[in-house]
Amino acid sequence: MADELVLLDFWHSPFAMRVRIALAEKGIEYESKEEDLSNKSSLLLKMNPVYKQIPVLIHKGRPICESLIIVEYIDEVWPHKSPLRLLPSSPYDKANAMFWADYVDKKIYPSGKLVWGATGEVQEAAKKEMIENLKELEGELGDKPYFGGESFGFTDVALIPFYTWFYALETCGDFSIIDKCPKLVAWTKRCMQRESVSKSLPDQYKVYCFLMELKNKFEAK
Amino acid sequence: MAEEVVLLDFWASPFGIRVRIALAEKGIKYEYKEEDLRNKSALLLQMNPVHKKIPVLIHNGKPICESNVQVQYIDEVWHDTAPLLPSDPYQKANARFWADFVDKKMYELGSKIWRTKGEEQATAKKGFIESLKLLEGELGDKTYFGGENLGYVDIALVPFYCWFYAYEKCGEFSIEAECPRLMAWVKRCMQKESVANSLPEQEKVYELVLRAKKILGI
Repeated sequence: MADELVLLDFWHSPFAMRVRIALAEKGIEYESKEEDLSNKSSLLLKMNPVYKQIPVLIHKGRPICESLIIVEYIDEVWPHKSPLRLLPSSPYDKANAMFWADYVDKKIYPSGKLVWGATGEVQEAAKKEMIENLKELEGELGDKPYFGGESFGFTDVALIPFYTWFYALETCGDFSIIDKCPKLVAWTKRCMQRESVSKSLPDQYKVYCFLMELKNKFEAK
Repeated sequence: MAEEVVLLDFWASPFGIRVRIALAEKGIKYEYKEEDLRNKSALLLQMNPVHKKIPVLIHNGKPICESNVQVQYIDEVWHDTAPLLPSDPYQKANARFWADFVDKKMYELGSKIWRTKGEEQATAKKGFIESLKLLEGELGDKTYFGGENLGYVDIALVPFYCWFYAYEKCGEFSIEAECPRLMAWVKRCMQKESVANSLPEQEKVYELVLRAKKILGI
């Protein structure tokens, strides 16, 4: 029921996109509340007092925070919704999926931020690292259609939102992702064919404009 | 079927200690291999080529990396004994949240306390104490974060206890004075064999920190 599930959201957040995708994959209805991050709602501050950040999923009045934890929660609470579980059932495969989702958080997010957000030497070093990270992910993907194997899964959900950063990364970093990682780009196109993904992700150019605004504001300080 | 379990570890690593405690709680026999972090073994580099870090849990030849992932894995494979994570999805998400909080705060802030001086150290100390107080709030009146039994969050946090003495000496403060309820929880955990046998002595960790400071010229 939509009145049982609320997502405190921010359209451009890759972390919030993960939750939108997971809910859409499961066909779950929910109420989305867009937060103004420069003026956080009292609901957000109450539901996530530790970090005061989105996304927050509120299920029957109780908050769940941190995007990967939220996705795992959704997968467990609604296990039989189509098409399949996002997390594998075998403990080893599940640990592997979690490892790579954690990799996205530890590597892609920080180096990506510096590629579009920094300049000079810092940006160059971040660009080099980002390309290495994307290649490492390509290696993990191998010849599989998805990181989850035949099915779209947890690692795919963790990574695909960063596709919205590609235009910003290429423009600021002055490189071509498809040249460096063609298999990964093919994977992004496969994911974008899923309605759960295409409806959850904003347009890359709009994200680029938003990130550049953020960058200017930060530099102005 | 005989299970082969190997743990690539470093004696003072809080992350490695987590895995040791989890394996001990479950009564799992394993081979412990101490790594020289300045001269990493070929096995470590082969088993964790991405991060090249310990701990690495090798189960029947297959590696699992990242300590919180390893503890969750151990809990799922050996699910018949001493459950570490709640079965209720909401309680489980809450446990994962707080273990992740420990990851985000303890190691970095703790490292800054012994590695830095002046304002940077003062900021780190403040952040460290604030984080411990938040954890105290989450513990509340429970015996353990896991309730009546040691759980996932207890295992994520208690390993840092062996570093407390080093933090206190370097930062010139008392964790007991700031967070008495948390220290009471530490004492309860240390009464458990799985914890007491997995943590090195605080003085030895402090000696390690002093050696590291000398090498780093701090």
